[in-house]
Amino acid sequence: MTTLSARLEQTAPIPLAADIRCASGELLALVGPSGSGKSTILRCLAGLHRPAAGHVRCGDESWFDAARGIDVPPQQRRVGLVFQHYALFPHLSALANVVQALGHLPPAERAARARHWLARCNLDGFDDRRPAELSGGQQQRVALARALAREPQVLLLDEPFSAVDQVTRRRLLRQLIELRRSLAIPIVLVTHDLEEASLLADSMTVLHHGRTLQTATPEAMLAQPASALVARLTDQPNLFEGTVLQHLPAADTTLIEWLGRPLLASHQPAFAVGQTVCWLVPEAAVVLVREHQSERENTVSALVSERLAWRGHATVSARVDGRREATLNFAIGAAVAERRGIVPGARVPLQLQKAAIRLLAADAAIAGPAGTSGKGQSP
Amino acid sequence: MDWQALSLSLQLASATALLLLPAAVWLARLLAWSAWRGRAALEAAILLPLVLPPTVLGYYLLLGLGGASPLGQAYHALTGRQLVFSFDGLLVASLIVNLPFAVQPMQRSFAAIPRELREAAWVSGLSRWQTFLRIELPLAWPGIAAALALSFTHTLGEFGVVLMVGGSVPGETRTIAIAIYDQVQAFNDAAAAGMSALLLALSFVAVIVVSRLGRPAPRR
Repeated sequence: MTTLSARLEQTAPIPLAADIRCASGELLALVGPSGSGKSTILRCLAGLHRPAAGHVRCGDESWFDAARGIDVPPQQRRVGLVFQHYALFPHLSALANVVQALGHLPPAERAARARHWLARCNLDGFDDRRPAELSGGQQQRVALARALAREPQVLLLDEPFSAVDQVTRRRLLRQLIELRRSLAIPIVLVTHDLEEASLLADSMTVLHHGRTLQTATPEAMLAQPASALVARLTDQPNLFEGTVLQHLPAADTTLIEWLGRPLLASHQPAFAVGQTVCWLVPEAAVVLVREHQSERENTVSALVSERLAWRGHATVSARVDGRREATLNFAIGAAVAERRGIVPGARVPLQLQKAAIRLLAADAAIAGPAGTSGKGQSP
Repeated sequence: MDWQALSLSLQLASATALLLLPAAVWLARLLAWSAWRGRAALEAAILLPLVLPPTVLGYYLLLGLGGASPLGQAYHALTGRQLVFSFDGLLVASLIVNLPFAVQPMQRSFAAIPRELREAAWVSGLSRWQTFLRIELPLAWPGIAAALALSFTHTLGEFGVVLMVGGSVPGETRTIAIAIYDQVQAFNDAAAAGMSALLLALSFVAVIVVSRLGRPAPRR
């Protein structure tokens, strides 16, 4: 088992204070907004950028150690790197591109092995094409074949799907999911696409200004973000501000006040009574209930402001008390939305499931009039 | 036709182009890819021969290569000969005069190679030298060929600096451009016309080569 682990620190050109850990066969997604240092971290792992301090280890090998003056050059790190724009050699055929990464084999074996990798990436018959004669998706697969041909100890993918259209992206995603089952190496994927990360990743690390905020499985990241900032960076829509009213340990309840109404959350004693907190309810825990059920606990009446339907699913936004900063988002089947008359302007009773409500420390970056509703506030 | 002058010019032009090649490749990569203090000053210094009057340039070269200069003295100590008014002196001057013609087209072609391509090569396991040979050279080749053609032709036609540094010693420093001047001075119009036509033709071919090769390198 080779585990990739790294601690990277620097203050310029962009700040870094990142901890990365990825085991063999695991796919770690680095997510965060543009400029959060995701690509720089990959470059540090590959040996293309030297941070001021920290270390990079792969299994027993030390690739970088600022304190011990170790900095193994990229040629000796055995890293497969797929660049965001693929960085294929434009003057070489697909086959020759892959052959460049086979320097560890005797020259006579290289062409056959390059064909093998092209075939693994579903590119039979494209050997002689130059990159300019290939589609975006095909170029991406040549880049992947070149990265794998190196027989790397670590595979690094820098936004590998950002330069292809949506349909191609889905196909490539499926191929990658299939391929990674056969790769027993750590894979680090940089992406700003949370859906991509959730589909592919075993664990996710959220970055902000070069700092790793939280590492968790995609599910845990959504259900239990470590902070309001993580919730915002992972695009959690239902993030609001409230005040702690009362702790009722016997009833496993913490009572909070939101928009002048009490709300029940599971017991979270870390927050003091009277304290202003952020609270979060995942989209899946916002439940559309029947009219006669509107007396249930944590049920609020909201005015539908938007319904977006696609492929049988509807994403609905509804405002509590008609307030923009109190917009709840939830998803239902498009057919259900149609049957229940969920159209803009309709009034619906929504239950916020107590067990799923999570309190988080108030965050200056989230709080304030613009930040309280969460989704759609950042430009 | 002054065959001796033509032969001398061809030797000077070939030697200049070939000796400049490695130095210009090194300088071009340095200027294309790295940012450092003094880069702008070096770039300006390399461009100077392009804008200076040949007489001014020739004057300073004469000072720099003359018998009183350290370089001239070192050369004298080594060979027992003078650097100025000799073929070797002419070659040194020619190398300096042609720097911008060699470095500029190469710098542009190296700068057009995305940094990512070199990084992809390193990550693929190619050493810096292999990356240079397999990736950089093929991609920068049009600029390198244009640089060779330009410095070759420019040396053939150089007049002012040659006259200042070399004078007109037959078989040593009298190049074809000087020979044309001498023939015109001697009212030998037929000889001047023949040699001028030859230079014109050579230059025309070189310009065609340069413009054909000078097209931007294929991008990703």
